[in-house]
Amino acid sequence: MSALNVNGRDHTVDTDPGTPILWVLRDTLGMTGTKFGCGAAQCGACTVHLDGEAIRSCVTPLSAAEGRKITTIEATTDGADTVGAAVHAAWLKHDVAQCGYCQSGQIMSATAFLKSLPRGKQPTAAEIDAAMDGNICRCGTYARIRAAVADAARALA
Amino acid sequence: MLPDLDRLELPRALQHLLARGRTDDAVPLARRSFLKLAGAGGLALGAFPHLATAQSPGALKPTQQPSAFVQIAPNGEVTVAINRLEFGQGVQTGLPMILAEELDADWSLVRSRHGSNDPAYVDPLFGIHLTGGSNSIKNSFTQYRELGARARAMLLAAAAARWKVDVTSLRTEAGTVLGPDGRKLAYGELAEAAMALPVPEKVTLKDPKDFRIIGRPNARLDARAKSSGRQDFGIDVRLPGQLTAVVARPTVFGARLASVDDSAARAIKGVKAVLRVPLDRGAEGVAVVADGYWPALQGREALKLQWDTSAVEKVDSEKQLAQYRALAERPGSRKFDADMAPLTTAPRRLEAEFVFPYLAHAAMEPLNCTVALADGHAEVWTGSQCPGLDAAAVARVLGLEPGQVKVHVQMAGGGFGRRFAATSDFVVEACEIAKAARAAGLGVPVRTLWSREDDMKGGYYRPMHLHRARIGFDERGKVLAWDHVIVGQSITTGTVFGEFQVKNGIDATATEGMRGPYAVPMRLTVHHPVLNVPVLWWRSVGSTHTAFVMETLIDEIARSVNQDPVAYRLGLFGDKHPRHRAALQVAIDKSGYGKQRLPTGRAWGVAVHESFQSVVAYVVEASVKDGQPVLHRVTAGVHCNLVVNPRSVEAQVQGAAVMGLSMCLSGAAITLKDGVVEQSNFADYTVARITDMPAFEVHIVPSAAPPTGMGEPGLPPLAPAFANAIARLTGKPLRQLPFNLA
Repeated sequence: MSALNVNGRDHTVDTDPGTPILWVLRDTLGMTGTKFGCGAAQCGACTVHLDGEAIRSCVTPLSAAEGRKITTIEATTDGADTVGAAVHAAWLKHDVAQCGYCQSGQIMSATAFLKSLPRGKQPTAAEIDAAMDGNICRCGTYARIRAAVADAARALA
Repeated sequence: MLPDLDRLELPRALQHLLARGRTDDAVPLARRSFLKLAGAGGLALGAFPHLATAQSPGALKPTQQPSAFVQIAPNGEVTVAINRLEFGQGVQTGLPMILAEELDADWSLVRSRHGSNDPAYVDPLFGIHLTGGSNSIKNSFTQYRELGARARAMLLAAAAARWKVDVTSLRTEAGTVLGPDGRKLAYGELAEAAMALPVPEKVTLKDPKDFRIIGRPNARLDARAKSSGRQDFGIDVRLPGQLTAVVARPTVFGARLASVDDSAARAIKGVKAVLRVPLDRGAEGVAVVADGYWPALQGREALKLQWDTSAVEKVDSEKQLAQYRALAERPGSRKFDADMAPLTTAPRRLEAEFVFPYLAHAAMEPLNCTVALADGHAEVWTGSQCPGLDAAAVARVLGLEPGQVKVHVQMAGGGFGRRFAATSDFVVEACEIAKAARAAGLGVPVRTLWSREDDMKGGYYRPMHLHRARIGFDERGKVLAWDHVIVGQSITTGTVFGEFQVKNGIDATATEGMRGPYAVPMRLTVHHPVLNVPVLWWRSVGSTHTAFVMETLIDEIARSVNQDPVAYRLGLFGDKHPRHRAALQVAIDKSGYGKQRLPTGRAWGVAVHESFQSVVAYVVEASVKDGQPVLHRVTAGVHCNLVVNPRSVEAQVQGAAVMGLSMCLSGAAITLKDGVVEQSNFADYTVARITDMPAFEVHIVPSAAPPTGMGEPGLPPLAPAFANAIARLTGKPLRQLPFNLA
């Protein structure tokens, strides 16, 4: 049995500790907001936060989550998280999503990035690109992602 | 930035469209009643098109029945069923906008849902379930307007009966019927009574000056769910007891199993069954069925399999190119003909060879399909572009009648053509696995899920192509003869689509976009080699390569006779191609081409191409940095006739352009070595990332004509515009994708 904390809730699961967090979330806990894209940390669709840091849950084993806090898209965009709420609002304002499949990961990367900035610091265009470069969007929503991240940063200033 | 739409132009434009379409478009229908649904709860305008169809044998086609498309709940929520797959293109919002316009719905209360393989949801023109060819808005525009108008007429009739007044004294506004004396009834209050009324024979469509929704830049209906992890896709389907299957497929297409040792796989915790199953193209494979993806994957890795590849062709990309070159020298099928004698006497000559690799669709949601079987019945959940075709395939595999198969169309995480295979390959495979699992005593739903590597190596690629051109022209750039050869696998030969796509041995999907708006004397010869690599349409299909060839060659001819490539094109369009001219002109005007001086090291590039009846022109700025081409800025000019949702058109143009940009990037190729696909994931198959994204503006030419689609047309001209800019900088034309500046 392994213990994990997701979005503030403790869970105990009878899952092999080598199982990637992605599949514990999706198949064991039924939390499907976090997406499977590549299984190899190459596309960012599975991004969650581990103690606030953006990680690729498809290659991070359950054992790495022991004693730490996992945050997923469901909690980041439920309104309680100020930065997550700003990112969510910016995503709606710019109508970013097309197929939408990668957007959970995009939003989790954007939120972690904005949280990592010193208070009041506005990111440059290059910094936004660098922060979001690990997240593939095959629909090509990048122009709107750029605009939304910049907007969210302004809203939080 | 939002499209630069002339607000004053639009209503006049629409008026023109409507004046032409009003009487012709409204097909007279036999009077009939909606089926009264006992126990349907809050649903008002019917919910079960199966029943409605079965009990309404008159002239009203299923595609024209509001009961299959509109539900109005007592709280006023209007749910519109879409007869297409939503996989990013925005049809889930565009079609409801069209229906809501004529219904006079309150847009804030409009929702949408997917249809199914029910006959109601076939394409009204083609008669089959179809999401492809950028057809959705084009073919369903009038259909959805009429559906909305019919439902509105019934609501009006219900209100007139309730108030005992003449229906002509009533009007509607934003989900409400308004009486002459200030009385109001919300649609939700009228829906049940309206359901019992006959469907009107004729409907009058709106005067365009009254349009409130069509033409307005609307946010997507699914934006909120897709920005919060709450949107379910096919991969998220969870049925009680459901198991997950991962399949060991042969490394060479079509190979069979020589031996299977599954003892280690069976020992893995969570693995429920290991099943030998028939696969696509006569292959065999082994499905590991487990209580989740991870144990199933572990199980697959523990399999010890030996493959017998002796009976199958092992394609090798390098040898294949040599074969294609040899084939190009031989006589082939003739698509166009012209006198080639001037080739030998033309004052200027140009010879070019182009090579395009196989391309994977690489949609972000890996392929998946969930199947639940019962005696005499099957249900399938998947993101399908062709649920009718898939249902027929399911029925064949399971020994059922098509009517015993229900395909629940799921929101799809991209697709780009991969979810529309004539073989229904991944759906059939999932059914074979579910069938084998049931036979093994696992009477539960089974979700078959592909890994990214499975998806990348699984075939159904945009075919590899070789083009050869020999062009003779004069000092003013007049083309005297153009001898052109295309070599590439046919996508549709041997499939159900071949019947109408293949003529004289030539697959139209391989030649579409050739010659285009340029009235040049072209001889076009086509070869379709047959190879053991499954191929398929890929966003914008033939234009993925033909646009590149045409637009770079036209540009090269212009440059070689010192003519401005834009002026040269405009000269060739003459007055015969006003949409090309308008799209190119708006891109030129908005970009500053010819006026603005670019920084040193940057160059302009231009291309314009029509595909699926829409025209897109790009003016780009590019440079070369550290030996790599860089795209800085794109200005798009778009002609897609009447625009339903300009915000969606902007998104589609940008998205298609990014996919076109992906084709140019180093590593954007699927290659085979000894029959085995060499790429496996995003590390070795390049797709564009945010750092590749140029600054991007989309400008739409206002138009009144009936709308044409925009899912694909933004893709083809991007790569040639980019290539033309790089060629200006280096003086060397780019003739292969991905770009190679070496």
